[in-house]
Amino acid sequence: MVDFGFKLSRSSTINLDEVDMSLYRRLSEEEPDVKRCMSCGSCSATCVSSGFSSMSVRKMILALQRGMDIKDMLSNCMLCGKCSIVCPRGINTRHLILLACRYYQEGNK
Amino acid sequence: MKQNVVIIGGGIAGMEAAKQLLMLGYKPIIVEKSDHLGGHVSNWHRLFPDMTPAVALIERMKGEISDANVFLETEVSSINKLKDGYSIVLSNGVSIVSRAVLIASGFKLFNAAKKEEYGYGIYDQVITNQDLEHWFNTGEDKRMTGKDIKSIGFVHCVGSRDLKAGNSQCSKVCCVTAIKQAIEIKERFPTAEIYCFYMDLRLFGKKYEDFYINAQKQYDVHFIRGRVSEVSENIDGKVVVKAEDTLSGKPLRVTLDLLVLMSGMVCNPDIDQVASMINVGVDTDGFLRSRDNVYSIMESDCPGVFLAGACTGTKTVPETVAEARAAVLSIHNYLSNG
Ligand SMILES: Cc1cc2nc3c(=O)[nH]c(=O)nc-3n(C[C@H](O)[C@H](O)[C@H](O)COP(=O)(O)OP(=O)(O)OC[C@H]3O[C@@H](n4cnc5c(N)ncnc54)[C@H](O)[C@@H]3O)c2cc1C
Ligand code: SF4
Ligand code: SF4
Ligand code: SF4
Repeated sequence: MVDFGFKLSRSSTINLDEVDMSLYRRLSEEEPDVKRCMSCGSCSATCVSSGFSSMSVRKMILALQRGMDIKDMLSNCMLCGKCSIVCPRGINTRHLILLACRYYQEGNK
Repeated sequence: MKQNVVIIGGGIAGMEAAKQLLMLGYKPIIVEKSDHLGGHVSNWHRLFPDMTPAVALIERMKGEISDANVFLETEVSSINKLKDGYSIVLSNGVSIVSRAVLIASGFKLFNAAKKEEYGYGIYDQVITNQDLEHWFNTGEDKRMTGKDIKSIGFVHCVGSRDLKAGNSQCSKVCCVTAIKQAIEIKERFPTAEIYCFYMDLRLFGKKYEDFYINAQKQYDVHFIRGRVSEVSENIDGKVVVKAEDTLSGKPLRVTLDLLVLMSGMVCNPDIDQVASMINVGVDTDGFLRSRDNVYSIMESDCPGVFLAGACTGTKTVPETVAEARAAVLSIHNYLSNG
């Protein structure tokens, strides 16, 4: 490729008009409590994996709401369930993670 | 003979005080600038946290003070301190001597047009919390008619927590009002997507947090942490809103059919002149100054002048009513001793 001495970066702007929330909607049908998340971060603070990887339930829920990919994050979860124990909004986060894993296992992208 | 007590302002603070004064055997005289009693609450539709119809509350309160003297479309022209009490001349020519005066002049809604970047008064898609309550009540608003509303945004903290706008304080009621309005509008447009743009959600009151949880779970309201930075109109006649999604650290944009600005509460300047005539001061937050803000919020620095409701700071209805009652007790003690 010719080097023109400059590059174009793709905008990182989240455009809510185009965001694909289908996975979020699908998961929240099965685990409706996820809608109550208030981004407090208790889940990620207690997570045994979050200090060593990209895993964070708070970020995972936000990513779902913004139509972003969570696959890489999920692969770092050990399904220990600590996040579910601490969530003050009573979200069964472990179940949510399992639902997402199952979705990807079913051959979805 | 029954003693006069002059009440300046016939909002819920003034009305509740009048009711209590009547019950204690005083002769309350309400001086109200506008053509109706009830103040701001008479413009609201339903009141959080129980969704009580506001008009029904005002009608009930009016019924309870039918024995009070009420002067509508009247203001205080002059007020002079006597040896023991005040001599007050009203704009209708009536003059009254009263040993105690209660100021219940309430608040003023921040003028959202001052935040030009939000486009109020420029774009028809942008309305305020007050406009929306008016529309809920009357169905009348040219900006709302014939619109197919599919996406609605609420901007929190408009003119509050904003040093540049001259108000550093939090208006306290607008977070829960936004949630209340989001729920009410979702009931009218069930398929619409609703976004609340907030910096913090300050839901301090009884059952407010439950309101929030309900808005999330039952009504699918999306809460986005980030202050709206600009609003512009697009070619389709919608507004494009930009904010930062501070939780993901990315800029965010969304196209909306309607944007509701949660204008904050500022002190009502209509009372400034009266206050200066009797040396009632203004506190650093712009509201009237109480003797202290911990123990004597209903008392001013001037003997015989009492304060109730939103004239001393942002208040909810139950807080205002409680304060009016407390002020009446202070007035009663003051008039009984000496
Ligand atoms: C958008 C919005 C929605 C709200 N919804 C709710 C709710 O659902 N539930 C709740 O608990 N609270 C709610 N509140 C708060 C509520 O409006 C206030 O608590 C209440 O209005 C305070 O009453 P007040 O009598 O102190 O003041 P006001 O309602 O402001 O009344 C003051 C009165 O004094 C008169 N006046 C002022 N100056 C003079 C003068 N110099 N001479 C004569 N008369 C004068 C005014 O004309 C007015 O009638 C809401 C507030 C906002 C902004
Ligand atoms: S279940 Fe997964 S996300 Fe939750 S605490 Fe354990 S490792 Fe972390
Ligand atoms: S602990 Fe619960 S409420 Fe808090 S961020 Fe995690 S999932 Fe959300
Ligand atoms: S109550 Fe909420 S919207 Fe109103 S000023 Fe405070 S933080 Fe902002």
